[in-house]
Amino acid sequence: MAIQDVSQEAIAKPVHATTMSGEDDIVGRGVKEGAELFRVWFNELSTVAENGGGAAYVFVMGSMNEILKTFDMPVSFPEVNALQTAIRRVSRDYLNEAEDYGFSPDICGYVKADVAMQLAGGKHPMGTIPKPSIAVLTNACNTYIKWAEIWERLHKTPSYTMDIPGTRCIGDKSQPGSEDFKFEAKYVLGQIKELIELCEQVTGVKFDIDKFREVLGYANRMSDKWDKIIKLNANNPAMFNALTDGTVYLGMANGFRGTEAGADYFDRLYEEMVYRADNDIGIRLRGENGPVEMDQQFRLAFVGVPCYPIFSSFNNMFTDWGGVFVTSSYLWFASGGTCAGTQYDLDNPLESFAEGQLLMIREAMDSMFNQAYTMREAAKDFDLDGVVYHPIKSCRTVSTGLADQRRYVSEELGLPTLFFESDLMDPQVVSEAQMKNRADAFFEGLISRRQQAAV
Amino acid sequence: MKYSAGVDVGSTQTKAVIIDEDKNIVGRSLIDTGADVVKAAETSYQIALDEMSVSDDDVGYVIGTGYGRYKVTFGDRQVTEISCHGRGAVHMFPDTKTVLDMGGQDSKAIAVEPTGEIKDFCMNDKCAAGTGRFLGAASIALDIPLGDLGPVALNSDKPVRISTTCTVFAEAEVLAWLGKGKTVEDILWGVHQSIAARTFGLLRRVGIHNELTFTGGVAKNVGMIKAMEDKLDFKMNVSDDSHYMGALGAALFARDSVLAGEERKTQMEMA
Repeated sequence: MAIQDVSQEAIAKPVHATTMSGEDDIVGRGVKEGAELFRVWFNELSTVAENGGGAAYVFVMGSMNEILKTFDMPVSFPEVNALQTAIRRVSRDYLNEAEDYGFSPDICGYVKADVAMQLAGGKHPMGTIPKPSIAVLTNACNTYIKWAEIWERLHKTPSYTMDIPGTRCIGDKSQPGSEDFKFEAKYVLGQIKELIELCEQVTGVKFDIDKFREVLGYANRMSDKWDKIIKLNANNPAMFNALTDGTVYLGMANGFRGTEAGADYFDRLYEEMVYRADNDIGIRLRGENGPVEMDQQFRLAFVGVPCYPIFSSFNNMFTDWGGVFVTSSYLWFASGGTCAGTQYDLDNPLESFAEGQLLMIREAMDSMFNQAYTMREAAKDFDLDGVVYHPIKSCRTVSTGLADQRRYVSEELGLPTLFFESDLMDPQVVSEAQMKNRADAFFEGLISRRQQAAV
Repeated sequence: MKYSAGVDVGSTQTKAVIIDEDKNIVGRSLIDTGADVVKAAETSYQIALDEMSVSDDDVGYVIGTGYGRYKVTFGDRQVTEISCHGRGAVHMFPDTKTVLDMGGQDSKAIAVEPTGEIKDFCMNDKCAAGTGRFLGAASIALDIPLGDLGPVALNSDKPVRISTTCTVFAEAEVLAWLGKGKTVEDILWGVHQSIAARTFGLLRRVGIHNELTFTGGVAKNVGMIKAMEDKLDFKMNVSDDSHYMGALGAALFARDSVLAGEERKTQMEMA
C-alpha cells in the first residue's frame, strides 16, 4: 500500500479568550484558531473510527449539517478529506490506488482519493476517517450521486439525495413570497422530513425539535457573521486572502455549521476583521523576521476551485506581483451558499429550514453556473482589477461554463482575465512553470494597462 | 551610443538581439539552448555583441525572456515572452492585432493593442501537440531534417488525417501510416494540417483578426505558413526575423528602460 501511515498528533481542544487584548492577539487568529479547530475535528473523527463508529458523509453544497448535528452525528466531508491529501502532497498516492483499482484518470480526483481511502480502511494524513453510517447529498453536483452509490456498494450505506429546485435560467428563479417559491419550499420540506426519518432509523434517536432550534440558532449566528466578513473584504486594504485564508474559513463554515464552536469562531473572526478594517491592517505575509504587511497592488477575484497540489506556490504567483484575491466564487459554492447570510425563523424551524436550504443551495449553484452575473456586482463592490479563472480537469461541474463566463467578464465588463487550467488534486496535470509564465504575463498586462491609463 | 539587448532563452533555442537607439537590429544570434541554460544565454549574447564589435559596457540595459529568463544572470529585468512577442510583432508589423507564436514547447495566441500591449492571450495546455515539438517527433520518425519538413510537405497530393493529439503517440501514428503505404509527403502534410487545426482553435479563443503576425521558430517552416493560411483564409505577416521576435521585443523593452534613465544592475562576467 503506497498510502503513508501518518501518526496522529494528540492535540487538546483549544481554549480561547473571549475578549481581545491587543493587536498580536487578534490579527491572524482566524487562521490560527481555524487550523486548531480543524485538528480537533479530525481527532474526533479518528476517535470515532477507532471505536468502530461511523460518520455522516456529506458534501459542501448542501450538507444538511443542521439536521445531522441535531442527532449528534459526527460529520465527515469527503471533499475536505480529499483536498487535505493534495495540500499535504500525498494526493497522487491516493489517486494511484484508485486508478490501479480501475478508475479512469478523467474521473473526479476527490472521488478517487476517497475510494482509495475507503480501500485503505479510512487511512488519512490527518488520522482515520470513520466509515459512512449515512450519506446525505444534493443535486448541486451530479458526481455526488454516483459517489454515494460507491459507498452503497462498499459499505451498504443508506443515502439520501436532496433534490433542490435550482435557477431555471439566468434571472429566472422563484422569489420568497411567490407561489412558486412556496411550492418549491414545500417540496424541499417533504424531503427534509424524509431525511429526518432516515436519521432516526440510523441513530435510533428521536428527532428533538428544541435541539434543532438551538442548532439553527448557532447556524444563524455563523451565517450572519460569514456574510458580513465577506462583504468587509471590499475594504482597501483587503484583510484576508479569499483563496488561502478563505479556505480555512470555509473549513469552519462547513465542519462546524450548527455548532456553538462554529458560531463562536465566526463571532471572533468577525471581531478580527472589524479590528483590522478599523486599524487599516491588511493581509500579512511571511517575512524573514516575522509577518510583514503585503503591498496590495491589484485586487483580484478567483473563479473555480483552488489548485491544491501547489496551494502556496499557486498563491505566490499572484502575491509576488502584489495581487490579492479579495473575493472568490469558491467561498460561495463551497460553503453551500451559507455566506449569503440567510437567517432561519426559530419559531418556525422546519419550514424555515426548508426555505433557507432552497435559498442557500440555489446561491451555491448560481455561483458556479451563473457566476458571471455575480461578478458584475462584485467588480463594483470589490473594485476589481482582474479576474482569474481556474478550470480543472477533474470537475466538469465547476469548469464547463467558465469559458463563456470569462468571455462575458472580459468583453462586457472590460475586466482583464487570466484563464489557466490544471487540477484540484492531480499534480501530474499541474504545470507550474507554464502557469507562472501566464500569471507573469497577466500582471505585465495589468501594469501596462495601469501605465497607459495614467498617461 | 547606448544599445539595448534582449535575450530569449527558449526550450529549444536561445536568441539574442541588440538594437540601437533608433530600434534597428544591429546584432543577433541564435544557438541551441542545450542543458546549460546560463551558458546558452551568455554565449548567445556574446555572439551578438561580437557581430557588431562592441562590448557589454556599450549596452545600456538587458532584458531576459523565454522559459529560461531567470537564467539570464546578466539581465537587468525579466519579461515574459508573451509580452515580448506582442511588442516585437507590433514593432515589425504595426497593424498587428493578433500574434501567433509557435515555439518548440508551446504555442501562444496573443491579442494585442496598437501599442503592443497585451489584451488577451491563450496557450496550449499541458501538452506539446500543436507546437514545434510535434514537428520534431515527425522529423525523427521520418528521418527528415526539421528544416526540410515544410518543403517536403508541400508536395503532398492526398494528406492523411493525423488523429492523435499526443506528441509521443504521433510518432507511432506516422509509422502506422508508413506501414499502410502512404507517402512521406502526404503524412507530413497531414501533420502540418493537424497542428494548424489545433492552433486555429487557440487563436479563436482570443479572436482572429486579419492582421495576424506569425512568430517563433516554427514560422520559418513554409509548410506551416501554408497550412495556417489555408485554415485562416488570409495571408499572415511573416518576417524573416520571426524567430527573433521574442528577443526583439525584449530589446525594445530594454530600450524603454534606457530612455527612462534606468541603470544596469548586473554586467556580464566574461569567462
